[in-house]
This record gives sequence, structure tokens and C-alpha cells, in this order.
Amino acid sequence: MKIILKDIPDLQKLDIYESNGGYSTLKKALKDMSPDDIINEVKASNLRGRGGACFPTGLKWTFMPKVTEKPKYLCCNGDESEPGSFKDREIFKKNPHQFIEGTLLSCYAMGIKTAYVYIRGEYYKWINLLQKAIDDAYKKGYIGKNILGTNFSTDIYIHRGAGAYICGEESALMNSIEGKRGYPRVKPPFPATYGLWGNPTTINNIETLANIPEIIKNGHEWFLKIGEPKHPGTLLFGVSGHINKPGVYELETGTPLMTIINDYCGGMIDGKEIKMVIPGGSSMPPLTKEEALTIKMDDASLKAIGSAIGTAGVIVMNEDTDIVKVLERISQFYYHESCGQCTPCREGTGWLMRILKRINNGEGRIEDLDLLTDVSQNIEGNTICALGDAAAWPVKWTVKKFRDEFEKKIKKESVSLPVKNKVHSLR
Amino acid sequence: MNNNENNIILFSNDELKNIEDIKSHYPDSKSALLPVLWIVQEKYGWISEDSMKCVGDLLDIPYEHILGVVTFYTMFNSKPIGKVHLQICTNVSCMIKGGRELFNYVSDKLGVKNKETTSDGMFTIEEMECLGSCESAPMMQVNNKEFYENLTKEKIDKLLEELHKKNI
Repeated sequence: MKIILKDIPDLQKLDIYESNGGYSTLKKALKDMSPDDIINEVKASNLRGRGGACFPTGLKWTFMPKVTEKPKYLCCNGDESEPGSFKDREIFKKNPHQFIEGTLLSCYAMGIKTAYVYIRGEYYKWINLLQKAIDDAYKKGYIGKNILGTNFSTDIYIHRGAGAYICGEESALMNSIEGKRGYPRVKPPFPATYGLWGNPTTINNIETLANIPEIIKNGHEWFLKIGEPKHPGTLLFGVSGHINKPGVYELETGTPLMTIINDYCGGMIDGKEIKMVIPGGSSMPPLTKEEALTIKMDDASLKAIGSAIGTAGVIVMNEDTDIVKVLERISQFYYHESCGQCTPCREGTGWLMRILKRINNGEGRIEDLDLLTDVSQNIEGNTICALGDAAAWPVKWTVKKFRDEFEKKIKKESVSLPVKNKVHSLR
Repeated sequence: MNNNENNIILFSNDELKNIEDIKSHYPDSKSALLPVLWIVQEKYGWISEDSMKCVGDLLDIPYEHILGVVTFYTMFNSKPIGKVHLQICTNVSCMIKGGRELFNYVSDKLGVKNKETTSDGMFTIEEMECLGSCESAPMMQVNNKEFYENLTKEKIDKLLEELHKKNI
């Protein structure tokens, strides 16, 4: 079942997209459906956001005021900077027009005249690919004034980021579009009330929007039958790490992790054992080998064991992996990317990183494990945005689930791994 | 307003036209700041204080605000760097596939540390956060543009030679 990454060669070309039914959903929707019809269909489909938080998309859309004198905006979040995530770029490359059609349908649904596609600055190649698709769509009259001869007009502009993970956070993203430093805003007010330049704004992930045309075309009942009903549809799993065939795989929600690893990713390199799997980008608490063997990849299943689906960025680590070094690197990432506004995050991420550095340098004390947990718990929930939580969760849960790995480093001077440094060898 | 004392001219007429078009995408011209800084960055390789003041005059934004923006976003260089910026990912997915080794190899080979430039001004190396290319780890980006993926020592040796030749 492929909703987005369909097996049609050259689908990124406008004429191929059109000859495969592309933009016909938009045509029909503008003629036969009201904006509310679209919102209701998306709500009934139970589509959950694909950007990490898994928030119900239709519900988010209902937060936008229906009657207002203020201009309304849509931000398409292509910041994709969560470590382990590389799926949205596949959409820009392989099916940009379905994303564009989804954006147009969303704008129609919410009465939005301008959509900004915020793409991380490093995605130079994919920004150009999407811009070409947008230019082609403009030329054909799918974007711009009086689309397809109707009263509906909308513009889509790409806004290039410049290297800041925090700009994937919806309010920091808006500040970045406004030409400012990417500082998240205190909420409330929420974007639908006070967003871009104080106007009602919705922010949706690229993959979320790319699902919309198929949901409108086939109906919400069709969508609900795919994967898990509480988290329906497909996910673009971005699988990386110690597997033979890393890549982006579009699979139904609820696919068992071992099916993904063995049937799609060619199994573990050299037949090694799994040690740890991060299921949804580095912010999501890791899974032990036992959990990985039985887990189904959907939000409810992962939440039941203390993790979450996040961006479905699956990082698979084998038995030779130094978990404590991995956690130090993850903590270094959050320390680096913290915007600095609030003390628990700005200072806390630094403390976590430095404690882990000390442990890796052989200077760890047994109290440090409780200290790591304590600092994590004091960051969690006490910050302006979720970056604080994203920094805290991996530390708290890795220490909890892999405590013995840490204790090895603290009790001995050096840790002898089965094949020392093998994980760090360059081919 | 920003005391652009050197009266430097940053943009050609075509570029100014392009900037006007960019400004029309937003209800507030301050939003054109990042796109315009990108034009400066890609044209000159870095964004100087004078450039910031010039951009400020063009968009009616105080220099201090622009300085804040340039120093916040890691892809904007506020100092000149080498002709070839080797941006090597060492975040988790690359790290567990040899990303650190890759960085250390390049660092030793060129004789420079993180964020340093070789004495001939050719190469600057930098450790990067996740570049979103985890399936082809280890990898690097060059000059904020091309991705070079599935790297090995042999591939890097060849690549550095090519980049050196191209940028002499």
C-alpha cells in the first residue's frame, strides 16, 4: 500500500502526475466540496501529524477561525532536522506534486491565501526540486490567482532555513519566517489565534500534507482501514544504522519493527544482534532488544512502552555499539541546538552532555546516573518548547533501560567491547 | 541609517529586482532577511559587518537585529572561510557508521581541527549535526550545496583531490 511514494517512474514530472490522476482531486474538490467538507473528511480520517507530535490534523485545522478579517497562513514544515529523519526529502524528490496538491486542498479548506514551505537550509538540492515543481504548477494554473477558473486563489513560496533544528518547532519556524532568530514563543496564544505576524496560522508537516489528496479522493473510511485505526495510514519509515539496506520505506502503521528490519532492510549487517533501536528520531526514548523483537510501529504501541513514533526515523544499533557514547553525541546535539531562551534547557542540556562526557572519559561516578535522571526530570515540562523534553527523554530512558552499560563504564577504567572500536571503523 | 560608511554595493540590478520580488512574497519586508542573507552568503561566501549594514539599509532593519540573525543560524558565516567548506556529519546515524572516523581522517589529512581553515585558504572542515542523509552514512555536504554520500577513505581522498583542483 503506497499513498505517497508510489511505484510510478517520473511521478515528480507534472505531466506524469497529471496522467496518473494528479490534480483531479483538487479540480473535483473545488467544484463539488465546500471547505468544511474537506476539514470534516480529514477529521473523520483520523490522520495524525507526521512531524513528530502525532497530533490529529483535522482537529488542528478546526482551531483556525472560520470568519476573520485577518489573513490566514499555512506553514508547511520541511525543516526535517531530527537526527535519523530523512523522509520528507523523498517526497520533494519523488512526488512533490502530491505534496503541492495537498497544500492547495488544505489552503482551500481553511481559507488560506499564502502557504510558506519552510525547508531546512541544508536541503539545497531538494529546495530546487520543489521550486521547479511549484513553478510548473503555477504555469499550469494550479497555484496562483483564480485556480482552475474558481474564486480560490493561493500562493506557495519556499522559505529556506539556515541551519537551526529549533526552527522545526512551529513557533520558532514562524519567527524564522518573520526574519528573526528562531526562538520558540510562549504558548498560549497558539498559532491558530496568533501566528505569523499575529495572524491565524496552521503548521503541518510535509508528509502530513502529502496524504491529503488521497484522503479526499478515496474518503476517510478508506484511510481508516489502512494500518492501525487509532493511527491510520502509512508512514515513511526512514531506517538507518547497522542494517544492510538503509532507506525510506513506506509501510502501514503497525508494521512490526522486525518485519521492517528483516523483510525490507535486509536484516542486520553481518548477522549481528540488535542492541538498541531508536524508533522515531533521536528525541524518542530507545527500545531494548527485547522490546524491538516484538514491537509494532504505531504511536499507541510505542507509547505503551514509554516511547513514541516521532518522525519514524528508525536508528538500528548492533551489539558492538557503545550506548554511552551514542547518548553523549545525542546530548551534544541538543546542547548545540538549544536556542538558549530558557534556563532548564540552556543549562540543563550542557550539564547532561558534560556528565556523559565525563563518564565516557572514565571519570564517571555511580551518583552520576541518578544525577542524569534528576537533571532530565527537571528539564522535562519546564521549558518554553519541546526541545527541552526532547533532550531529557533519551537520557532518562537510556539510563533506565541500559543502566548496566553505564555501570560498566563507571566501575571499570575502560570497557572492553567484543570487537573494540569496530563500530567506529571506516570502510 | 546603518552608517554604511564604505558605501559598498552588494547587489547587481538583477539581484535587486529579485530581492523586490522576494519581498512581495511577504506582508512584512523583514521576512526577506533570510532570503537576502542567503544571496549575500552564496555570492561572497560570508556576510561581513558592512554587508549586514547594507542589507539593513535595503530592508530597513537595524544592524543589531541582522547581527543577531547571522550569529543564530549556523549556515551563515560571519567570518570568511576556505574556498571549500567540508561539512561532515558526526550525529548518531553517521557516528555509528564511522562518521567520527571520517572527520578525524580528514582533520589529520588536512592538518586542521574543527572549524579551522587550511593555511592555503582552500579547505575549512566542520563537524555537523544531522544533515538528513542517514541512509547513506557516513557523508558530508560541501559549501552548503552538494551531498557526498557513502564515503570511504578512498572516496574522500579522490574527492579532496577533485575539489582542490576545481578551486585552485
